[in-house]
Amino acid sequence: METAAQAQNRSSSTTPTLDGVRRKDFVQCGVTTGAGGFSAPDAKGEWRGMDVDICRAIAAAVLGDATKVRFTPLTAAQRFTALQSGEIDVLSRITTITFQRDVQLGIEFPAVNWYDGTSFIVHKALNIKSAKELDGATICVSPGTTNEVDVSDYFRKNNLKFTPVVIERMEDGTNAYFAGRCDAFAQDQSNLAAVRARAPIPSDHVVLPEVISKAPYGPGVMPNDLRWMEIVRWSVYAMIDAEEMGLSSKTIDQALTSDDPNLQRFVGKSGGFGAMLGVNSDWAFQIVKQVGNYGESYDRNIKPLGIERGINRLWKDGGILYVPDLR
Amino acid sequence: MPIQPRHERTPRLNPSATRSALRIVHASDRASEAQQRTWPERNHRLWNNPRFRAILLQTIVVAIVCAFFALVAMQTASNLRTRSIASGFHFLGRAAGFEISPGPLPYSSRDSYARALAVGLGNTLRVSLLGILLATALGLLIGVARLSKIWVISTLASAYVEIVRNTPLLLQLLFWYSLSQVLPSPAHALRPLPGIFLCVRGLFVPSLTWDGGLLWIGAALLAFMILMLFVLIRSRRRREQMGQGLPTTRLLVGLATVLLSAAVLIGHPRITAERPALMGFNFHGGMSISPEFAALLIGLSTYTAAFIGETIRGGMLAIDRGQTEAAAALGLSRVKILRLVVLPQAIRVIVPPTTSQFLNLTKNSSLAVAIGYPDLISITNTTLNQTGQAIEAIALAMFVYLAISLAISLAMSLYGDRLVPLRPARCNP
Repeated sequence: METAAQAQNRSSSTTPTLDGVRRKDFVQCGVTTGAGGFSAPDAKGEWRGMDVDICRAIAAAVLGDATKVRFTPLTAAQRFTALQSGEIDVLSRITTITFQRDVQLGIEFPAVNWYDGTSFIVHKALNIKSAKELDGATICVSPGTTNEVDVSDYFRKNNLKFTPVVIERMEDGTNAYFAGRCDAFAQDQSNLAAVRARAPIPSDHVVLPEVISKAPYGPGVMPNDLRWMEIVRWSVYAMIDAEEMGLSSKTIDQALTSDDPNLQRFVGKSGGFGAMLGVNSDWAFQIVKQVGNYGESYDRNIKPLGIERGINRLWKDGGILYVPDLR
Repeated sequence: MPIQPRHERTPRLNPSATRSALRIVHASDRASEAQQRTWPERNHRLWNNPRFRAILLQTIVVAIVCAFFALVAMQTASNLRTRSIASGFHFLGRAAGFEISPGPLPYSSRDSYARALAVGLGNTLRVSLLGILLATALGLLIGVARLSKIWVISTLASAYVEIVRNTPLLLQLLFWYSLSQVLPSPAHALRPLPGIFLCVRGLFVPSLTWDGGLLWIGAALLAFMILMLFVLIRSRRRREQMGQGLPTTRLLVGLATVLLSAAVLIGHPRITAERPALMGFNFHGGMSISPEFAALLIGLSTYTAAFIGETIRGGMLAIDRGQTEAAAALGLSRVKILRLVVLPQAIRVIVPPTTSQFLNLTKNSSLAVAIGYPDLISITNTTLNQTGQAIEAIALAMFVYLAISLAISLAMSLYGDRLVPLRPARCNP
């Protein structure tokens, strides 16, 4: 419990989270307990993934060092409470942005870093081509996800019936599906490729073409620190902008000597954007130098799992990633 | 409850008990004398009044506890406000939006969160009550088997207790569940008997529906109950008078047969069996037991039975060997000795620890989330995830478990009070 003076001090500061991060000299980042491609520890115990890279980008922007991050593994049930109680500075944990989470829980989602949606994997032997043929099926789902409600809504909308089997741990749910307890397994699309890869015989399973819901993932912060929210937002934007400008961790050094005003602004040679954001002028340079651009993060983390980039490509490549420029 | 041997019910004068009771009387006499002696001079000092002191101290303790909880509640409320987290139980009325696998209570995703939680509670109660019944029956068997003189039986029972008691329940639940998952798919379901199907989706059996003649069957049941009471009372009176009762079992079975066939002949009830059939993905029609429910029920009752078995064994060992020997000397069979002499006395020792095993079973049923049975905790988890009202949802679940536990404790203590106390009745000199 904090003292009254501390509470006074905290509420009087307009940037309590940013101040806290500077004082601690690390970013406390809430991640999953292990979701391949997004946040999972590797063989050496290093956290890796798309969501982990956002934490590292924020640390690179604010503290100039992408390694100054501490990770808090959280279950789906714990994640919002951990953020609300101030246990973590930012939640970067395959979290779907919804109205309730934004408005009722009072969590701010400054940016989207992955567009996903609920889909189904089914046993090939059932010979099903579309989710609409799943009437009367038994469907495995994970609790505490938006999938549970997505599946209920989809079946209700199409006047279909199903029996849910809700198993807490992802591994146990996957095994129950493999054993034939369920006809289909409903998960976010990005998970289904990983599920299929884990199957004894992957070719016995097919992912249905329908994506029955929208699931934009994004990092979450508390609303009491506007500046911190902007730092998180522009850290994500900087990674996407860098890819669009063709800047990668390998080529960013050349941008330092470029005459292109866009590149000069990006690396902090002009524009003074770092000062406006309250961080070092080379914040975006450090993000790309130390973490890489969005495409590098995808290639490093998601691509090896066999998950297509799909709509998460840049707008000019046919995807929907379209973010404001640094200007 | 087994019928108590008659002589147990009448209080007897026990020489040593009488002596100690007399000693107590003397001691309290001395105490009151002392009090009378000191009363006038110390009356003005309220602090020295033990009664006053006890009340004061207890009031202080209660006040401190209340203040602590009030402080926690106030601090939590103010923290929730500063973090702009909406609190309250308004979410209970909103539509839940998620489906729950079919259970005893009807439910659809249009229903409210309150309804969803009620469905979860119903599922928890169903598995707990059935689990308690099964665990008690199995526990009795294990307890008696461990005391068996036959080496194979007692060793098997000991092995069961040691294995089941010394492995985590969660693992056992996962074990039972994974056993159910090696069964064939619905299309290749096993058919142990016609109309019965066993597959990875569960056990499907025909359901029976009555049609007509219900009134006559009801009347027959009522008549049977009245006649049964009559027969039992007559038999008891006869045994008291002549030392031997009526052959009640044979009489009652005969009565039941006559009454039931009369009712069937007059009422002409049509009993139709609805057989489960494979349609589309799953079996439809009939009754079904899901593998989640079966695994949870088997896991909980076999686990708890090991503890209950030990309690029952302990209770029976607490009965003096003289009792068994005396009963044997009267020529009672081993089963009758157990039923009429040992168990009625042992039950008083057995009831209190068994109550806590019942409570454990009920609370352990919350491990259901691991194997996908939609119990109260599973629904609570989903609810708190959808609504974000973690504190309220968990407080509600805790309150409900507390209520269930207190209800079980109350029922068991009422049962315990009905039993004759173990110590001889206190005698008033």
